[in-house]
Amino acid sequence: MKKIKWLQKEFILYSSKIFTFLLIGISISCCLAGCGSKDSENTLIVLNYGKYLEPEVLEKFEEETGIKIEYEEYVTPENMYTKYRAGAIDYDLICTSDYMVEKLIQEGQVLEIDFNNIPLSQNLDQTYFEFSKSFDPENKYAIPYFFGTVGILYNKELVDESKVNSWKILWDKDYSGQIIMADSVRDSFMVALKILGYSLNTTDETELKEAQDLLIQQKPLVYSYLVDEAQDEMIAENAAMAVVYSGEAGYALEFNDKLAFSVPKEGSNMWIDSWFIPKSAKHKEHAEKFLNFLCREDISMMNFDYVYYATPNSKTKESLEQELQENTTIFPPKSILDNCEVLKSLDDASTTKQNILWKEVKAADY
Amino acid sequence: MRNLKRQLLAGPYLLWMAGFILLPVVMILYYAFTTTSGHFTMLNITSISASIHLKSLLLSLKLALVCTIICLVLSYPLAMILNNMKLKRQGFIVFVFILPMWMNFMLRILAWKMLLSNNGVINTLLETLGLPALDILNTPSAVVFCMVYDFLPFMILPIYNAMSRIQKDILEAAKDLGAGNIIIFFKIIVPLTMSGVVSGIIMVFVPALTSFAISDLLGGGKVLLIGNVIEQAFMQEYNWNLGSGLSVVLMIFVIASMALMSSKGEEGGASVW
Repeated sequence: MKKIKWLQKEFILYSSKIFTFLLIGISISCCLAGCGSKDSENTLIVLNYGKYLEPEVLEKFEEETGIKIEYEEYVTPENMYTKYRAGAIDYDLICTSDYMVEKLIQEGQVLEIDFNNIPLSQNLDQTYFEFSKSFDPENKYAIPYFFGTVGILYNKELVDESKVNSWKILWDKDYSGQIIMADSVRDSFMVALKILGYSLNTTDETELKEAQDLLIQQKPLVYSYLVDEAQDEMIAENAAMAVVYSGEAGYALEFNDKLAFSVPKEGSNMWIDSWFIPKSAKHKEHAEKFLNFLCREDISMMNFDYVYYATPNSKTKESLEQELQENTTIFPPKSILDNCEVLKSLDDASTTKQNILWKEVKAADY
Repeated sequence: MRNLKRQLLAGPYLLWMAGFILLPVVMILYYAFTTTSGHFTMLNITSISASIHLKSLLLSLKLALVCTIICLVLSYPLAMILNNMKLKRQGFIVFVFILPMWMNFMLRILAWKMLLSNNGVINTLLETLGLPALDILNTPSAVVFCMVYDFLPFMILPIYNAMSRIQKDILEAAKDLGAGNIIIFFKIIVPLTMSGVVSGIIMVFVPALTSFAISDLLGGGKVLLIGNVIEQAFMQEYNWNLGSGLSVVLMIFVIASMALMSSKGEEGGASVW
């Protein structure tokens, strides 16, 4: 009887102690950070997607140049935007997706890259700079890092393969409860807009409304809305098909032979993740040094091995095994890319409208 | 002198309170009543009446209520059984109930996600036994189930605590005067454990109402609670003003439910927390 009271008391006692220690700890570490600031001349603060860079690359860069890298990760471009705009950390170099780069360029938050400091950028295939022009018209601000498409990752044993060449299979009642849809506004609307034959950058209200109706119709069939976990669920065979990025599909295929990937004939989204130097940068030269380093053949190869997404680095691609170069899941062929659109940044009013439409989908009864 | 020392001792906590409780609340209030350009507005608060927000608030209230009722129904008899056990075993059994709380809350949710998934442990087991598969992952039922699992100890402990404080003499006296078990239960045990029940309800209802991680992971993105709407406003839409406005509305609901419950609890003696 007493024991439990004792436990509670003890808990309260300890928790207050822990809080105190935490507080002291925090203040001490703040002090230390403050004292250590004289060292900050020689650092580089990098913000990137999760699992999007071989950790050894960072070590190697530190070894070769003596510049210390502070590396931070985020989940979605919107998360990145929130982090960057919160202004607590002066990031020197950020990697994110096409439409978010465009948004930040429009807001005047991006510094021009001095390509004279990045001689190795000529390792990158000019084609992808051409694609980048859709969000960076003069190729002044961004350097492509990885690219790919969006398509359907499916389980060959559970899905009729003759139908996966169309997004419409995601509305097929035979697969009720086995479909994983993208949990991101732009990607989900892309699928619906492509079925309807509209541009994925449309701001036309009736077109978006039609797409929303389709998505609400689909909801009863959906197993779950996921982003990063979709590939894991497919590897575990918890669902028959999922809307995923081509790079993730390539990764999943390595783990489960039953899986295959298809980019539907209605067309899809081609995405390019690029590096840019934000206005907050305090170490622009270091950032450019790091960009040059990333373009180096061996480093780019290390990153490719780790991330397994399509690399725009032609030197790296050429040195891959023939079989891998011809893997259409990882390296989408030109015929598919020509059928794809790059996402463009929408104006604030359209973004808000689309967000509300998406929220209504997520809140809809099913 | 002694007084000063005491005040100094409270210093770290006061600092903590100012920095991590008071300041965030003030900031939320500021954001809630301003537009992105800093002008005063009530729109963030009134946007709760937008159909999506209202719907998710009602769903949150409903799931939190269901979760609280299930916890109560499970905990009350359990607390009675525990209380009637021999003293030696009691400590051990209470320990068993607290044990899951030693593990990280997020890990436990992820574990349930694995267990409940289509090809998860539970379904494989059911299949080998020839039973139909359990299809509750990514539904509101899974969300409520996990809430109950996570918050149950917060209901058991205060009820058990209140129950163990009832002196056996009172029950014996009632028996001597001819009261039956049913009368003893309703006239003595229930009123005397009311304070524990009230704290239990608050400690389960409030976190259930505001939770968003459970619905995100076990609802498969299909169950949109008010917590998820707020999280999205902050993280996805970069609309801190809207997120803050909705948080303020949610806070009002939390404070109202606490006030309602504690006004009832006072009759039953000192509350536990």
